[in-house]
Amino acid sequence: MNTAEWIRLAAERIAADAAHLSRLDAAIGDGDHGHNLERGFAAAVAALPEGDAPPGKVLLAAGRAIVAKTGGASGPLYGTALRRAGKALGDTPDLDAAGLGAVLQAALEGVRELGQAGEGDKTMVDALAPAVAAYEEALAAGGDLAACAAAAAEAADQGAQATVPMQARKGRASYLGPRSTGHLDPGAASTALLLRALADVA
Amino acid sequence: MRKLINAPADVVADALRGLAAAHPSLRVDVDTRTVVRAAAPRPGKVALVSGGGSGHEPLHAGFVGFGMLDGACPGEVFTSPTPDQVVAAAMAVHGGAGVLLIVKNYTGDVLNFQLAAELAEDEGIEVATVLVDDDVAVRDSTYTAGRRGTGATLFAEKIAGALAEEGAGLDAVAAVAREVVARTRSFGVALSPCTVPAAGEPTFELGPGEIELGVGIHGEPGRERAAAAPAAEIVAAALTAIDQDMPLAGQELLVLVNGMGGTPLIEQYIAYGAAERWLAGRGATVARPLVGGYVTSLEMAGVMISVCRATPEMLRLWDAPVETPALRWGR
Repeated sequence: MNTAEWIRLAAERIAADAAHLSRLDAAIGDGDHGHNLERGFAAAVAALPEGDAPPGKVLLAAGRAIVAKTGGASGPLYGTALRRAGKALGDTPDLDAAGLGAVLQAALEGVRELGQAGEGDKTMVDALAPAVAAYEEALAAGGDLAACAAAAAEAADQGAQATVPMQARKGRASYLGPRSTGHLDPGAASTALLLRALADVA
Repeated sequence: MRKLINAPADVVADALRGLAAAHPSLRVDVDTRTVVRAAAPRPGKVALVSGGGSGHEPLHAGFVGFGMLDGACPGEVFTSPTPDQVVAAAMAVHGGAGVLLIVKNYTGDVLNFQLAAELAEDEGIEVATVLVDDDVAVRDSTYTAGRRGTGATLFAEKIAGALAEEGAGLDAVAAVAREVVARTRSFGVALSPCTVPAAGEPTFELGPGEIELGVGIHGEPGRERAAAAPAAEIVAAALTAIDQDMPLAGQELLVLVNGMGGTPLIEQYIAYGAAERWLAGRGATVARPLVGGYVTSLEMAGVMISVCRATPEMLRLWDAPVETPALRWGR
Protein backbone atom coordinates (compact mmCIF):
# COMPACT_ATOMS: atom_id res chain seq x y z
CA MET A 1 0.00 0.00 0.00
CA ASN A 2 1.17 3.51 -0.83
CA THR A 3 0.91 5.66 2.30
CA ALA A 4 1.62 8.89 0.38
CA GLU A 5 -1.50 8.26 -1.71
CA TRP A 6 -3.46 7.88 1.50
CA ILE A 7 -2.19 11.19 2.90
CA ARG A 8 -3.01 12.97 -0.38
CA LEU A 9 -6.53 11.55 -0.56
CA ALA A 10 -7.05 12.28 3.14
CA ALA A 11 -6.03 15.91 2.58
CA GLU A 12 -8.49 16.19 -0.32
CA ARG A 13 -11.35 14.70 1.69
CA ILE A 14 -10.57 16.89 4.72
CA ALA A 15 -10.47 20.01 2.55
CA ALA A 16 -13.79 19.10 0.94
CA ASP A 17 -15.37 18.45 4.34
CA ALA A 18 -13.67 21.24 6.33
CA ALA A 19 -16.75 23.43 6.69
CA HIS A 20 -18.86 20.46 7.77
CA LEU A 21 -16.30 19.36 10.39
CA SER A 22 -16.03 22.91 11.72
CA ARG A 23 -19.81 23.13 12.00
CA LEU A 24 -19.87 19.90 14.01
CA ASP A 25 -17.21 21.47 16.24
CA ALA A 26 -19.12 24.74 16.61
CA ALA A 27 -22.04 22.81 18.08
CA ILE A 28 -20.03 21.41 21.00
CA GLY A 29 -16.57 23.01 20.80
CA ASP A 30 -15.11 26.12 19.27
CA GLY A 31 -15.75 25.65 15.58
CA ASP A 32 -12.25 25.29 14.17
CA HIS A 33 -11.72 21.53 13.76
CA GLY A 34 -12.17 21.28 9.98
CA HIS A 35 -10.14 24.35 9.16
CA ASN A 36 -7.31 23.31 11.48
CA LEU A 37 -7.13 19.86 9.91
CA GLU A 38 -7.29 21.33 6.43
CA ARG A 39 -4.21 23.42 7.25
CA GLY A 40 -2.45 20.48 8.90
CA PHE A 41 -3.05 17.96 6.11
CA ALA A 42 -2.07 20.51 3.45
CA ALA A 43 1.22 20.83 5.35
CA ALA A 44 1.50 17.03 5.49
CA VAL A 45 1.13 16.77 1.70
CA ALA A 46 3.76 19.48 1.23
CA ALA A 47 6.12 17.58 3.55
CA LEU A 48 5.82 14.21 1.78
CA PRO A 49 9.24 12.86 0.80
CA GLU A 50 9.99 12.90 -2.92
CA GLY A 51 10.28 9.65 -4.86
CA ASP A 52 9.67 6.18 -3.44
CA ALA A 53 10.24 6.64 0.28
CA PRO A 54 9.43 3.72 2.60
CA PRO A 55 5.82 3.92 3.88
CA GLY A 56 6.99 4.50 7.46
CA LYS A 57 9.10 7.49 6.49
CA VAL A 58 6.10 8.96 4.66
CA LEU A 59 3.90 8.69 7.75
CA LEU A 60 6.65 10.10 9.98
CA ALA A 61 7.07 13.16 7.73
CA ALA A 62 3.32 13.70 7.52
CA GLY A 63 2.95 13.37 11.29
CA ARG A 64 5.72 15.85 11.98
CA ALA A 65 4.18 18.39 9.60
CA ILE A 66 0.76 18.00 11.19
CA VAL A 67 2.15 18.53 14.70
CA ALA A 68 4.07 21.57 13.46
CA LYS A 69 1.30 23.29 11.52
CA THR A 70 -2.10 22.40 12.93
CA GLY A 71 -2.42 23.68 16.49
CA GLY A 72 -5.42 22.87 18.62
CA ALA A 73 -5.84 19.41 20.12
CA SER A 74 -6.19 17.67 16.78
CA GLY A 75 -2.67 18.61 15.62
CA PRO A 76 -0.79 16.83 18.40
CA LEU A 77 -3.23 13.90 18.36
CA TYR A 78 -3.28 13.16 14.62
CA GLY A 79 0.39 14.11 14.30
CA THR A 80 1.35 11.75 17.10
CA ALA A 81 -0.84 9.01 15.62
CA LEU A 82 0.97 9.22 12.27
CA ARG A 83 4.43 9.56 13.82
CA ARG A 84 3.88 6.50 15.99
CA ALA A 85 2.53 4.64 12.97
CA GLY A 86 5.60 5.63 10.99
CA LYS A 87 7.95 4.57 13.77
CA ALA A 88 6.19 1.20 14.04
CA LEU A 89 6.99 0.57 10.37
CA GLY A 90 10.62 1.62 10.50
CA ASP A 91 12.29 1.16 7.11
CA THR A 92 10.01 -1.65 5.91
CA PRO A 93 9.79 -1.20 2.14
CA ASP A 94 6.32 -2.71 1.67
CA LEU A 95 3.17 -2.37 3.70
CA ASP A 96 1.17 -5.59 3.85
CA ALA A 97 -2.06 -6.43 5.68
CA ALA A 98 -0.31 -7.32 8.95
CA GLY A 99 1.84 -4.19 8.69
CA LEU A 100 -1.14 -1.90 8.29
CA GLY A 101 -2.71 -3.52 11.33
CA ALA A 102 0.40 -2.68 13.34
CA VAL A 103 0.25 0.88 11.98
CA LEU A 104 -3.32 1.39 13.14
CA GLN A 105 -2.60 -0.18 16.52
CA ALA A 106 0.41 2.13 17.04
CA ALA A 107 -1.68 5.15 16.01
CA LEU A 108 -4.38 4.24 18.53
CA GLU A 109 -1.85 3.77 21.32
CA GLY A 110 -0.29 7.16 20.54
CA VAL A 111 -3.64 8.91 20.67
CA ARG A 112 -4.66 7.17 23.88
CA GLU A 113 -1.39 7.98 25.59
CA LEU A 114 -1.35 11.67 24.67
CA GLY A 115 -5.07 12.39 24.98
CA GLN A 116 -5.77 10.14 27.98
CA ALA A 117 -9.18 9.36 26.53
CA GLY A 118 -10.91 6.00 26.58
CA GLU A 119 -13.84 4.61 24.65
CA GLY A 120 -17.10 6.34 25.58
CA ASP A 121 -15.50 9.73 26.26
CA LYS A 122 -16.89 11.09 22.95
CA THR A 123 -13.56 11.59 21.18
CA MET A 124 -11.71 10.30 18.12
CA VAL A 125 -10.91 7.17 20.15
CA ASP A 126 -14.56 6.15 19.74
CA ALA A 127 -13.98 5.83 15.99
CA LEU A 128 -10.36 4.65 16.04
CA ALA A 129 -10.62 1.91 18.67
CA PRO A 130 -13.45 -0.02 16.99
CA ALA A 131 -11.69 0.44 13.64
CA VAL A 132 -8.53 -1.19 14.99
CA ALA A 133 -10.56 -4.02 16.51
CA ALA A 134 -12.48 -4.59 13.26
CA TYR A 135 -9.24 -4.57 11.27
CA GLU A 136 -7.70 -7.21 13.55
CA GLU A 137 -10.82 -9.34 13.34
CA ALA A 138 -10.86 -9.18 9.53
CA LEU A 139 -7.16 -9.98 9.47
CA ALA A 140 -7.62 -12.99 11.73
CA ALA A 141 -10.41 -14.18 9.43
CA GLY A 142 -7.92 -14.20 6.57
CA GLY A 143 -8.91 -10.90 4.92
CA ASP A 144 -6.49 -9.13 2.61
CA LEU A 145 -5.35 -5.57 3.15
CA ALA A 146 -8.24 -4.02 1.21
CA ALA A 147 -10.86 -6.11 3.02
CA CYS A 148 -9.36 -5.35 6.44
CA ALA A 149 -9.18 -1.61 5.69
CA ALA A 150 -12.79 -1.63 4.49
CA ALA A 151 -13.86 -3.32 7.72
CA ALA A 152 -11.94 -0.70 9.71
CA ALA A 153 -13.57 2.17 7.79
CA GLU A 154 -17.02 0.69 8.35
CA ALA A 155 -16.38 0.26 12.09
CA ALA A 156 -15.05 3.83 12.32
CA ASP A 157 -18.22 5.17 10.70
CA GLN A 158 -20.37 3.23 13.13
CA GLY A 159 -18.17 4.29 16.04
CA ALA A 160 -18.45 7.92 15.06
CA GLN A 161 -22.22 7.69 14.78
CA ALA A 162 -22.31 6.08 18.21
CA THR A 163 -20.82 9.27 19.73
CA VAL A 164 -24.06 11.15 19.07
CA PRO A 165 -25.83 10.18 22.32
CA MET A 166 -22.62 10.26 24.38
CA GLN A 167 -21.81 12.93 26.95
CA ALA A 168 -18.29 14.26 26.40
CA ARG A 169 -15.74 13.67 29.14
CA LYS A 170 -12.63 14.94 27.36
CA GLY A 171 -11.77 18.03 25.36
CA ARG A 172 -13.65 21.26 25.07
CA ALA A 173 -17.04 19.59 24.56
CA SER A 174 -16.80 18.25 28.12
CA TYR A 175 -17.65 21.72 29.46
CA LEU A 176 -21.14 21.29 28.04
CA GLY A 177 -21.91 18.37 30.33
CA PRO A 178 -25.31 16.89 29.41
CA ARG A 179 -25.67 19.52 26.68
CA SER A 180 -22.94 17.70 24.69
CA THR A 181 -25.32 14.83 23.95
CA GLY A 182 -27.17 14.68 20.62
CA HIS A 183 -24.14 15.82 18.59
CA LEU A 184 -21.69 13.88 16.44
CA ASP A 185 -18.18 14.29 17.83
CA PRO A 186 -16.09 16.17 15.25
CA GLY A 187 -12.88 14.27 16.11
CA ALA A 188 -14.62 10.91 15.66
CA ALA A 189 -16.09 12.22 12.40
CA SER A 190 -12.70 13.24 11.01
CA THR A 191 -11.17 9.91 12.10
CA ALA A 192 -13.90 8.06 10.21
CA LEU A 193 -13.18 10.21 7.18
CA LEU A 194 -9.45 9.45 7.32
CA LEU A 195 -10.10 5.71 7.61
CA ARG A 196 -12.54 5.82 4.69
CA ALA A 197 -9.77 7.43 2.63
CA LEU A 198 -7.44 4.66 3.77
CA ALA A 199 -9.91 1.99 2.63
CA ASP A 200 -10.31 3.74 -0.72
CA VAL A 201 -6.58 3.64 -1.50
CA ALA A 202 -6.00 0.18 0.01
CA MET B 1 -19.97 38.64 9.43
CA ARG B 2 -18.86 42.29 9.52
CA LYS B 3 -15.28 42.55 10.74
CA LEU B 4 -12.41 44.97 10.25
CA ILE B 5 -10.18 42.39 8.58
CA ASN B 6 -8.58 41.87 5.17
CA ALA B 7 -9.17 38.15 4.86
CA PRO B 8 -10.09 35.51 7.47
CA ALA B 9 -6.89 33.54 6.81
CA ASP B 10 -4.71 36.62 7.37
CA VAL B 11 -6.17 37.82 10.67
CA VAL B 12 -3.34 36.75 12.97
CA ALA B 13 -0.46 37.72 10.63
CA ASP B 14 -2.00 41.11 9.86
CA ALA B 15 -2.57 41.82 13.55
CA LEU B 16 1.03 40.84 14.35
CA ARG B 17 2.32 43.26 11.69
CA GLY B 18 0.27 46.03 13.27
CA LEU B 19 1.46 45.09 16.76
CA ALA B 20 5.07 45.26 15.55
CA ALA B 21 4.52 48.65 13.93
CA ALA B 22 2.87 50.07 17.06
CA HIS B 23 5.34 48.71 19.61
CA PRO B 24 9.07 49.02 18.90
CA SER B 25 9.64 47.53 22.37
CA LEU B 26 8.61 44.18 20.86
CA ARG B 27 10.36 41.94 18.34
CA VAL B 28 7.64 40.32 16.28
CA ASP B 29 8.37 37.43 13.94
CA VAL B 30 5.37 36.97 11.70
CA ASP B 31 6.77 33.76 10.16
CA THR B 32 7.37 31.87 13.38
CA ARG B 33 4.42 33.64 15.05
CA THR B 34 6.39 34.77 18.06
CA VAL B 35 6.50 38.03 20.00
CA VAL B 36 9.46 38.68 22.31
CA ARG B 37 11.04 41.64 24.05
CA ALA B 38 13.20 43.63 21.63
CA ALA B 39 16.21 43.10 23.91
CA ALA B 40 15.67 39.34 24.47
CA PRO B 41 17.31 37.22 25.69
CA ARG B 42 18.44 38.63 29.01
CA PRO B 43 21.31 36.49 30.32
CA GLY B 44 20.76 35.01 33.76
CA LYS B 45 17.06 35.84 33.99
CA VAL B 46 14.32 33.22 34.11
CA ALA B 47 12.29 33.74 30.93
CA LEU B 48 8.49 33.62 30.95
CA VAL B 49 6.69 32.43 27.85
CA SER B 50 2.97 32.17 27.42
CA GLY B 51 0.72 31.63 24.49
CA GLY B 52 -2.61 30.37 23.36
CA GLY B 53 -5.16 31.02 20.70
CA SER B 54 -5.46 34.53 19.34
CA GLY B 55 -8.64 36.49 19.88
CA HIS B 56 -8.00 37.22 23.59
CA GLU B 57 -5.96 40.38 23.06
CA PRO B 58 -4.15 41.95 24.77
CA LEU B 59 -3.45 38.48 26.26
CA HIS B 60 -0.64 37.32 25.71
CA ALA B 61 1.48 39.42 23.34
CA GLY B 62 0.29 42.62 25.00
CA PHE B 63 1.91 41.46 28.24
CA VAL B 64 5.38 41.04 26.77
CA GLY B 65 7.76 43.53 28.32
CA PHE B 66 9.63 44.52 31.47
CA GLY B 67 8.16 42.93 34.60
CA MET B 68 5.93 40.45 32.82
CA LEU B 69 6.44 38.05 29.89
CA ASP B 70 9.61 37.62 27.86
CA GLY B 71 7.83 36.01 24.95
CA ALA B 72 4.46 35.00 23.59
CA CYS B 73 3.32 32.69 20.82
CA PRO B 74 -0.14 33.46 19.46
CA GLY B 75 -1.94 30.64 17.65
CA GLU B 76 -4.70 31.00 15.13
CA VAL B 77 -7.90 32.53 16.49
CA PHE B 78 -9.04 30.37 19.42
CA THR B 79 -6.54 27.66 18.39
CA SER B 80 -3.54 26.80 20.53
CA PRO B 81 -0.08 27.54 19.13
CA THR B 82 1.92 24.68 17.64
CA PRO B 83 4.90 23.16 19.48
CA ASP B 84 7.25 24.75 16.92
CA GLN B 85 5.98 28.20 17.84
CA VAL B 86 6.41 27.61 21.55
CA VAL B 87 9.94 26.27 21.03
CA ALA B 88 10.83 29.24 18.78
CA ALA B 89 9.66 31.65 21.49
CA ALA B 90 11.51 29.74 24.22
CA MET B 91 14.73 29.68 22.19
CA ALA B 92 14.45 33.42 21.47
CA VAL B 93 14.13 34.40 25.13
CA HIS B 94 16.16 31.73 26.91
CA GLY B 95 18.83 33.50 28.96
CA GLY B 96 20.40 30.41 30.50
CA ALA B 97 18.28 30.39 33.66
CA GLY B 98 15.39 28.32 32.35
CA VAL B 99 12.02 29.02 30.80
CA LEU B 100 8.65 29.06 32.54
CA LEU B 101 5.73 28.13 30.28
CA ILE B 102 2.39 29.53 31.44
CA VAL B 103 -0.38 27.43 29.92
CA LYS B 104 -4.13 27.84 30.14
CA ASN B 105 -5.92 24.56 30.78
CA TYR B 106 -7.46 23.68 27.42
CA THR B 107 -6.79 20.31 25.83
CA GLY B 108 -5.12 21.80 22.75
CA ASP B 109 -2.87 24.13 24.73
CA VAL B 110 -1.89 21.40 27.18
CA LEU B 111 -0.93 18.95 24.41
CA ASN B 112 1.00 21.43 22.28
CA PHE B 113 2.89 22.91 25.23
CA GLN B 114 3.66 19.41 26.53
CA LEU B 115 5.24 18.46 23.19
CA ALA B 116 7.02 21.83 23.11
CA ALA B 117 8.46 21.36 26.59
CA GLU B 118 9.92 18.01 25.51
CA LEU B 119 11.43 19.56 22.37
CA ALA B 120 12.89 22.53 24.30
CA GLU B 121 14.43 20.15 26.83
CA ASP B 122 16.00 18.28 23.92
CA GLU B 123 17.63 21.61 23.05
CA GLY B 124 19.10 21.77 26.55
CA ILE B 125 16.68 24.35 27.93
CA GLU B 126 15.42 23.83 31.47
CA VAL B 127 11.63 24.13 31.35
CA ALA B 128 8.94 24.40 34.01
CA THR B 129 5.24 24.53 33.20
CA VAL B 130 2.42 26.17 35.16
CA LEU B 131 -1.13 25.21 34.28
CA VAL B 132 -3.76 27.91 34.82
CA ASP B 133 -7.21 26.56 35.77
CA ASP B 134 -9.25 29.14 37.63
CA ASP B 135 -12.72 29.03 36.06
CA VAL B 136 -15.22 27.91 38.71
CA ALA B 137 -17.98 27.57 36.12
CA VAL B 138 -16.59 24.10 35.40
CA ARG B 139 -17.76 22.25 38.48
CA ASP B 140 -16.92 18.64 37.96
CA SER B 141 -13.38 18.00 36.80
CA THR B 142 -13.86 14.22 36.90
CA TYR B 143 -16.14 14.36 33.87
CA THR B 144 -14.53 17.27 32.08
CA ALA B 145 -11.09 18.32 30.89
CA GLY B 146 -10.87 20.28 34.15
CA ARG B 147 -11.25 23.94 34.94
CA ARG B 148 -10.47 26.38 32.17
CA GLY B 149 -7.72 28.95 32.38
CA THR B 150 -8.94 32.55 32.27
CA GLY B 151 -8.17 35.73 34.27
CA ALA B 152 -5.70 34.10 36.65
CA THR B 153 -3.34 34.02 33.67
CA LEU B 154 -2.88 37.78 33.91
CA PHE B 155 -2.28 37.64 37.68
CA ALA B 156 0.25 34.81 37.29
CA GLU B 157 2.09 36.49 34.43
CA LYS B 158 2.36 39.81 36.30
CA ILE B 159 3.36 38.40 39.68
CA ALA B 160 5.74 35.70 38.45
CA GLY B 161 7.14 38.18 35.91
CA ALA B 162 7.98 40.62 38.70
CA LEU B 163 9.72 37.90 40.71
CA ALA B 164 11.75 36.82 37.67
CA GLU B 165 12.75 40.43 37.11
CA GLU B 166 14.19 40.47 40.65
CA GLY B 167 16.47 37.57 39.72
CA ALA B 168 14.66 34.65 41.37
CA GLY B 169 15.34 31.13 40.07
CA LEU B 170 13.06 28.98 37.93
CA ASP B 171 11.67 26.94 40.84
CA ALA B 172 10.72 30.05 42.83
CA VAL B 173 9.16 31.79 39.83
CA ALA B 174 7.15 28.67 38.95
CA ALA B 175 6.10 28.27 42.59
CA VAL B 176 4.70 31.79 42.92
CA ALA B 177 2.83 31.40 39.62
CA ARG B 178 1.29 28.15 40.87
CA GLU B 179 0.37 29.76 44.18
CA VAL B 180 -1.36 32.63 42.38
CA VAL B 181 -3.36 30.17 40.28
CA ALA B 182 -4.29 28.14 43.35
CA ARG B 183 -5.58 31.28 45.08
CA THR B 184 -7.54 32.67 42.11
CA ARG B 185 -11.07 31.91 40.93
CA SER B 186 -12.95 33.36 37.97
CA PHE B 187 -16.46 33.39 36.59
CA GLY B 188 -17.65 34.84 33.29
CA VAL B 189 -20.99 35.96 31.92
CA ALA B 190 -21.77 36.45 28.23
CA LEU B 191 -24.38 38.89 26.94
CA SER B 192 -23.69 38.13 23.28
CA PRO B 193 -21.66 35.57 21.31
CA CYS B 194 -18.57 36.11 19.16
CA THR B 195 -17.67 35.03 15.64
CA VAL B 196 -14.39 33.30 14.76
CA PRO B 197 -13.32 34.88 11.43
CA ALA B 198 -12.52 31.54 9.75
CA ALA B 199 -15.89 30.10 10.80
CA GLY B 200 -17.94 33.17 9.86
CA GLU B 201 -20.79 32.27 12.17
CA PRO B 202 -21.35 33.01 15.87
CA THR B 203 -20.00 30.30 18.18
CA PHE B 204 -23.31 30.13 20.01
CA GLU B 205 -26.69 31.79 20.00
CA LEU B 206 -28.43 33.66 22.77
CA GLY B 207 -32.11 34.41 22.59
CA PRO B 208 -33.30 37.96 23.21
CA GLY B 209 -33.14 38.67 26.92
CA GLU B 210 -30.88 35.66 27.57
CA ILE B 211 -27.40 35.56 29.09
CA GLU B 212 -24.94 32.67 29.52
CA LEU B 213 -23.70 32.24 33.09
CA GLY B 214 -20.26 30.70 33.43
CA VAL B 215 -19.17 31.27 29.84
CA GLY B 216 -15.58 30.46 28.87
CA ILE B 217 -13.31 32.78 26.95
CA HIS B 218 -14.03 31.05 23.64
CA GLY B 219 -17.76 31.28 24.07
CA GLU B 220 -17.93 27.78 25.54
CA PRO B 221 -21.14 27.31 27.44
CA GLY B 222 -21.01 27.55 31.19
CA ARG B 223 -23.44 26.56 33.86
CA GLU B 224 -26.76 27.79 32.53
CA ARG B 225 -28.76 30.10 30.39
CA ALA B 226 -30.48 32.75 32.47
CA ALA B 227 -32.69 35.76 31.93
CA ALA B 228 -30.91 39.09 31.54
CA ALA B 229 -30.79 40.93 34.86
CA PRO B 230 -29.46 44.18 36.36
CA ALA B 231 -25.65 44.41 36.60
CA ALA B 232 -25.68 44.06 40.39
CA GLU B 233 -27.50 40.72 40.14
CA ILE B 234 -25.19 39.37 37.42
CA VAL B 235 -22.13 40.39 39.43
CA ALA B 236 -23.62 38.85 42.57
CA ALA B 237 -24.18 35.57 40.70
CA ALA B 238 -20.55 35.53 39.55
CA LEU B 239 -19.13 36.39 42.97
CA THR B 240 -21.43 33.93 44.73
CA ALA B 241 -20.11 31.15 42.49
CA ILE B 242 -16.55 32.18 43.34
CA ASP B 243 -17.24 32.60 47.06
CA GLN B 244 -18.85 29.15 47.28
CA ASP B 245 -15.70 27.65 45.82
CA MET B 246 -13.19 29.78 47.72
CA PRO B 247 -14.52 31.77 50.67
CA LEU B 248 -13.68 35.45 50.38
CA ALA B 249 -14.71 36.84 53.79
CA GLY B 250 -11.90 38.64 55.59
CA GLN B 251 -9.51 38.32 52.64
CA GLU B 252 -7.30 40.89 50.91
CA LEU B 253 -8.11 40.56 47.24
CA LEU B 254 -6.71 41.25 43.85
CA VAL B 255 -9.81 41.80 41.70
CA LEU B 256 -10.05 41.89 37.91
CA VAL B 257 -13.29 42.99 36.31
CA ASN B 258 -12.53 41.99 32.77
CA GLY B 259 -14.47 43.15 29.73
CA MET B 260 -14.88 40.29 27.24
CA GLY B 261 -14.40 42.49 24.20
CA GLY B 262 -17.82 43.88 23.34
CA THR B 263 -18.85 45.43 26.64
CA PRO B 264 -17.96 49.12 27.00
CA LEU B 265 -15.83 50.40 29.84
CA ILE B 266 -18.78 52.30 31.32
CA GLU B 267 -20.53 48.96 31.92
CA GLN B 268 -17.33 47.40 33.24
CA TYR B 269 -17.16 50.15 35.87
CA ILE B 270 -20.79 49.54 36.76
CA ALA B 271 -19.83 45.90 37.27
CA TYR B 272 -16.75 46.81 39.29
CA GLY B 273 -18.79 49.12 41.56
CA ALA B 274 -21.25 46.31 42.18
CA ALA B 275 -18.41 43.86 42.84
CA GLU B 276 -16.71 46.17 45.32
CA ARG B 277 -19.99 46.67 47.24
CA TRP B 278 -20.76 42.93 47.19
CA LEU B 279 -17.30 42.08 48.52
CA ALA B 280 -17.41 44.82 51.20
CA GLY B 281 -20.72 43.36 52.33
CA ARG B 282 -18.94 40.02 52.89
CA GLY B 283 -16.09 41.59 54.85
CA ALA B 284 -13.57 41.24 52.02
CA THR B 285 -11.24 44.04 50.96
CA VAL B 286 -10.20 44.88 47.43
CA ALA B 287 -6.49 45.50 47.91
CA ARG B 288 -5.82 46.07 44.20
CA PRO B 289 -8.50 46.47 41.50
CA LEU B 290 -8.04 46.23 37.76
CA VAL B 291 -10.84 47.12 35.34
CA GLY B 292 -10.64 46.72 31.57
CA GLY B 293 -10.57 44.33 28.65
CA TYR B 294 -7.46 42.21 29.29
CA VAL B 295 -8.57 38.64 28.51
CA THR B 296 -11.10 39.13 25.76
CA SER B 297 -13.14 36.84 23.50
CA LEU B 298 -13.17 38.75 20.23
CA GLU B 299 -16.33 40.90 20.19
CA MET B 300 -18.23 38.93 22.83
CA ALA B 301 -20.19 41.14 25.22
CA GLY B 302 -19.96 40.31 28.89
CA VAL B 303 -17.62 40.40 31.84
CA MET B 304 -15.46 37.94 33.68
CA ILE B 305 -14.58 38.52 37.31
CA SER B 306 -11.33 37.11 38.68
CA VAL B 307 -10.50 37.20 42.38
CA CYS B 308 -7.15 36.29 43.95
CA ARG B 309 -6.72 35.86 47.71
CA ALA B 310 -3.46 37.74 47.60
CA THR B 311 -0.62 37.37 50.08
CA PRO B 312 1.41 40.46 51.05
CA GLU B 313 4.23 39.14 48.84
CA MET B 314 1.85 38.85 45.89
CA LEU B 315 0.67 42.43 46.40
CA ARG B 316 4.28 43.61 46.57
CA LEU B 317 5.01 41.85 43.28
CA TRP B 318 1.78 43.15 41.75
CA ASP B 319 2.90 46.72 42.59
CA ALA B 320 6.37 46.19 41.09
CA PRO B 321 7.14 48.13 37.90
CA VAL B 322 5.74 46.79 34.66
CA GLU B 323 6.12 48.13 31.13
CA THR B 324 4.20 46.24 28.45
CA PRO B 325 1.82 47.38 25.70
CA ALA B 326 -1.22 46.60 27.86
CA LEU B 327 -0.07 47.04 31.49
CA ARG B 328 2.34 49.71 32.62
CA TRP B 329 3.00 51.36 35.94
CA GLY B 330 5.78 52.27 38.36
CA ARG B 331 8.55 52.79 35.84
